[in-house]
This record gives sequence, structure tokens and C-alpha cells, in this order.
Amino acid sequence: MIIEGLSSLLIGFSNFQWSHGVMIVVGCALLYLGIKKDMEPLLLVPIGFGAILVNIPMSGLMDEGGLLRHFYEAGVLTEIFPCLIFIGIGAMTDFGPLLENPRILLLGGAGQFGIFLTLLLALALGFTQMEAVAIGIIGACDGPTSIYVTSKYAPHMLGAVSVAAYCYMSLVPIIQPPIMRALTSEEERKIVMKYEKKTVSPTLKVLFPIVVTLVTCLIAPMGTPLMGTLMLGNLLKESGVTDRLVKASQNEIANIVTLLLGISIGATMSGPAFLKAQTLIILGLGLVAISLDTAMGIFLAKIMKVLSGGKVNPLIGAAGISAFPMSARVVQMVGQKANKRSYLLMHAMGANTGGQIGSVLAAAVMLSLLKGMGIV
Amino acid sequence: MQNMEFGLTMTVLGMGGTLFILFLLGLVVDGLNKILLRGEKKEEGRG
Repeated sequence: MIIEGLSSLLIGFSNFQWSHGVMIVVGCALLYLGIKKDMEPLLLVPIGFGAILVNIPMSGLMDEGGLLRHFYEAGVLTEIFPCLIFIGIGAMTDFGPLLENPRILLLGGAGQFGIFLTLLLALALGFTQMEAVAIGIIGACDGPTSIYVTSKYAPHMLGAVSVAAYCYMSLVPIIQPPIMRALTSEEERKIVMKYEKKTVSPTLKVLFPIVVTLVTCLIAPMGTPLMGTLMLGNLLKESGVTDRLVKASQNEIANIVTLLLGISIGATMSGPAFLKAQTLIILGLGLVAISLDTAMGIFLAKIMKVLSGGKVNPLIGAAGISAFPMSARVVQMVGQKANKRSYLLMHAMGANTGGQIGSVLAAAVMLSLLKGMGIV
Repeated sequence: MQNMEFGLTMTVLGMGGTLFILFLLGLVVDGLNKILLRGEKKEEGRG
């Protein structure tokens, strides 16, 4: 009896596999990046800890009826968490710089090229069509969108895709500058873009989320849960009459959901399921996707530079991704390194908020095409 | 549908669709801003 009791205390050790050990180390590495390097700590800390918890053998956290399984099924598989996060993001985003120059929205579209080129690459590497869609969406550089699409069409890859999306988002200051420097000349980087604050109608700020919802969702209705919640958050903010809801969206809702989402994603990273060559390929393709987004954004900005008679600094094209506001800050930093008089931040902020809309829209278009082609 | 046919369809229609909708959105927002600003100026003039 005593020996049986003692052996039950060693059950965790007796079921411990090398893959659990590796994933606990990976979880610790994510914690290190979040805590010591301040890289997306709000997500990497719960993801890292979730990865540690789920790799404790016999903990039962992801078994039927397990605690993390409840969070995962209730929030991730039902797509509730990413949509709630979008309400918070919408409530925190100021689309003002974009409204001053709506043409800059196109840069937010160019920043999504990486999604589709990576999708092609994933297909060429032998991934299934749905897996390729989920991998391509890492290029949206947008965590909730990646989670929404992957949980819908390739849930078995959720851990790898979301870790790639969030890690690369936080690595934007390291990934983007070398690409920006390689694709632009010194002369181009030195271009000073004048910023004159243009008048935007206060009514337009309130109408904007409604107009975006109607225009985008009527054309690509499959993206309505994403675009609708993002714009709902923004409408709450701009309407000026729902202060309590805005505060709740920006704080309580966003914080609670971020915690539960992070730990649920970490829970998908159990050693035997996560440690595959496929995971490394997904991480590699994610990097390709974000690099291509940056490159294509710069190319479109170069075209704008030619069309505007040299008034547009091509660097702002790199901000056409969804990593807000990091990407805009990177543009400002690289621009100012080339020319101390250059102040690109407001232009880059416009492109960056355009990238937020562009990434959700690209996913919406993709989902609607899948539906239209009868694939889903 | 073959993989490459699928990929090319997604790329052409996906990217084209995204850029087209953003272009359309830009036009609508720009137009709305001009109309609203004109209306607001008229009201200020009356006031």
C-alpha cells in the first residue's frame, strides 16, 4: 500500500518524455523573452507558462474536462477570444492620421502581399490548402486574425502559427530595418515628408467605423466577425458617449481575454504534438511572410514616390503591416538615422493603422474566396 | 482544385480584392470628409 502510494507520487516523472522536457525549455525561453527582453510580455508570459503547464505529464489540463481544455474550447475554437480582443484593439486605435490621408490605406494593402506569396510557398512545400492558408496568414502580422483563421481551418497548427505571429510581431524592430535599408537608397531614406495637419470632420471619425464595416463586410462577408468587432471597438471610442464601455474594452475585457487566450495557446504546445519538422518550417515561412510584407510595402511606396514627384519617402511603406505602433516607430527611427530633420512618424502611423485594416481585410477576402470556391 | 491553381486564384483574387476594397474605401472616406467639411463650414457661416 505504502509503495503504491509512493509510486503514485512519481507518476509525473515516470511518464516524462524528452519532448516534454524540450517544450518546458521552450516555455522558459518564451518567458525569458517576455520578462527579460520585454517582447510582447502580455502574451508571451501566459503562452510560455501555458506551454510549461501542458507539458507536465498526467496534469490532465488538456484532457477532456481539463481546465485549459475548457478555456481552449470555449474561447479559441468558438473564435470568441480573438473577436473580443479586436473590440479592445478598436477601442485603443486612433484612425485620425489615416483619415487625414485616406490614400495611404493602399500601403496597408501592399503590406499583405506576404500572406499570399507565403501561401503559394507553403503549397509548393506540400502543405494542404487549409494549412497553407493558416501559414500565409502569419504574414498579416496580426495575432487575433492568425488565431481566428487557424483555429477555423487548421487547429492542429494553432500553437506554431500563433507563436510565430506573436514572436515575429515583437521582432519587427529587428526584422524590418535591414530589409528597409537593403531596398532603399540613402537618398530615398533622406526624403523629408512635410506634415501638415489636415482638417478631418468630427462626424467622419464617428462614421468611419460604420462605413468600413459596410464597405468591407458587404464585399467580403466572411470577415464580418473580425472587422465588425474591430470597428465596434472604434465606434465606442469615437462616439464619445460610451466611456464606461471604452474603458472596459481597453482594460478589463482586453486584459482578461489576453490572459486566457495566451494560456490557451500555450496549452496547444504539448511536446509530442508540437515538436515536428513541420513546426520549424511554419516558423521559417512566417519569417518569410513578414519580410515579404515589408518589401512589398516599400515597393508600393516607391511607386507613390514616383507618382508624387519624389514627395513620398519609401520607408513609410514598411509600416503598412499590422504591428501597431511598433512598425511606425521603426520607420521613424530608420528615417531619422538617415536624416535628422526627417519626421516620418505621423505618415507611418497612417500607414500602420491602414495595415491593421488591411490585414483583417486580407483575411476576410481570403475566407470569402474559400467560401465562394466551395472549399469551406 | 489543384494546389497551384488554388494558390494562384487566392493570390490574384485575394491581393487584387484587398487592394480594390482599400482603394474604394479610401475614395469613400475622402469623399465623405469633403462633403461633411463643406456642410460644417456652411453651418458655421450661418451661425
